[in-house]
Amino acid sequence: MRHRLFATGVVLFGIVLVLAVFADVLAIAPPEKMQVRFRFRTPEWAFPLGTDNFGRDIWSRLVYGARLSLAIGFGVVVATGIAGTAIGLAAGYFRRLDNPLMRAMDALMAFPAVLLAIAIAAALGPSAINAVIALAAVYTPRTARIVRATVLVVRETEYVQAALACGARHYWIIRHHVLPNSLAPLIVQLTFIFAYAVLTEAILSFLGVGPPPPTPTWGNMIAEGKDYLREAPLLAVFPGIAIALTALGLNLLGDGLRDVLDPRLRVQHG
Amino acid sequence: MAEYVVRRLLAAIPVLLLVTLISASIMQLVPGDPASMIAGQNASQIEIERVRVELGLDRPYGERMLAWFAGLPRGDLGRSILLQRSVADAILERVPVTLALAGFGLLLTIAIGIQCGIIAALRANTWVDQAVLVVALAGVSIPNFWLSLMLIVLFGVMLDWLPAGGYIPFADDPLGWARSLILPGISLALLQIGLLARITRATMLEVLRQDYIRTARAKGLPGLLVIGKHALKNVMIPVITVIGISFGLLLSGSVVIETVYSIPGMGRLLANAVFGRDYPLIQGGLLVTAATLVLLNLVVDLLYAVLDPRVTFDRG
Repeated sequence: MRHRLFATGVVLFGIVLVLAVFADVLAIAPPEKMQVRFRFRTPEWAFPLGTDNFGRDIWSRLVYGARLSLAIGFGVVVATGIAGTAIGLAAGYFRRLDNPLMRAMDALMAFPAVLLAIAIAAALGPSAINAVIALAAVYTPRTARIVRATVLVVRETEYVQAALACGARHYWIIRHHVLPNSLAPLIVQLTFIFAYAVLTEAILSFLGVGPPPPTPTWGNMIAEGKDYLREAPLLAVFPGIAIALTALGLNLLGDGLRDVLDPRLRVQHG
Repeated sequence: MAEYVVRRLLAAIPVLLLVTLISASIMQLVPGDPASMIAGQNASQIEIERVRVELGLDRPYGERMLAWFAGLPRGDLGRSILLQRSVADAILERVPVTLALAGFGLLLTIAIGIQCGIIAALRANTWVDQAVLVVALAGVSIPNFWLSLMLIVLFGVMLDWLPAGGYIPFADDPLGWARSLILPGISLALLQIGLLARITRATMLEVLRQDYIRTARAKGLPGLLVIGKHALKNVMIPVITVIGISFGLLLSGSVVIETVYSIPGMGRLLANAVFGRDYPLIQGGLLVTAATLVLLNLVVDLLYAVLDPRVTFDRG
């Protein structure tokens, strides 16, 4: 069961990744090309998933949406990984920095994630880069907390104490002992953050503070489809399924990685 | 215990101060001149200046922060630009609606989530267990705003069983009130139900392996009593944590859900504030929600002590 779920996660994420990477090849029309003659087509040979209210091909918009969603998600993962690791390391390793850094992280985490992301994205202005910044600001504290927790444990181990006694520099200890040990929980956490980022980016787009239309993001497609739910529900159905499958793939991947990389956190099964 | 409460309250103060500072600094992120951005593209110079004075942007940052902090003890969160009234009043007016929605969501979460988790644990590795897992995975993967739209189409439009949006105050029509909360409540709760079911299942499996459960069974206690009395009490500790987190997530989710279902609560108020660039309202709303969550976490921590006599709060 475990392995099957993990395999499902790999396959789902793999499919979305292929769609995103080969969007240029897989799309049959430019994602922003409007053909008013072909508005609201139901799925047919020329338009595999039908067309939207501007006569744009939904399939083509979907694959370009995959590219943007994954790009933003990956951007958030990289930014969060770097910032979270830096802050977590500093707080965990250097005691004097611990209190101020972690109180700041607590304060950021006190805000509801979605609300803070919306407020920051709206203040910075709607764009893909600003969505990445807003989401990274929201998810960095969670990462920092996990890195710090591992660092606190590793720091007290005998091998680190021994290295210190031998006169090793802090930089050397962090690179050779602390970082490698923090990696496993970090990777697991970042996989889940990837999933949250895809979901929350869709919310930002849906509410109009993500990359502005006519950019083909999944959130934008749902926002546009929202006005035609009665006549053409498929406009909103397909991008929603795309988001759900992507998030599901990443969640399954994260669960599986956690079982392999971080046995301490393993959920008991049967 | 009393010492612990005081210590936790004192520790919450720097976090609350930082939360206040962050809330009040969101406007600093606006690129260029916030006053002309907020006034809009077609605003005249006079209008821009009026907005600048109204927001206090004509004064230096430090002075503005001091004024903001000075107002807080009086419950003064500033004046909303859009509504032209006190931010605190506008928020207070909406709180009951959001609490009703979040409370209903929490009720669904607890009622369904814990049940599902217990059943999944008792029937571990059967199709029932797997069905619960599928629901849990769906909950964390399906975007709730999209789920809302689908539920509206299905139950509000096609089947016409439930209202497709809007909110009916309890005082006007209690039945209508409950009906208006069903779809948004489900949309809001699905994620939490999944999380709670999974954590309940995992803890339950752990507890069922304990010696005292075997003893209880061996001395011939009925199965329901073993689960209901001996096991459930021990399952509640982690579950309470998740419920605390859940309530925070429900408050957070209400921004999106209230917007989709046109429910006049705090979430929709804040969403509109964001779209209308009403920064005093955004800042006040951020502060109120974050402060609520900080206090909520404190309450959850204190609940541990009540539920689990093994948890003590002595230093040491």
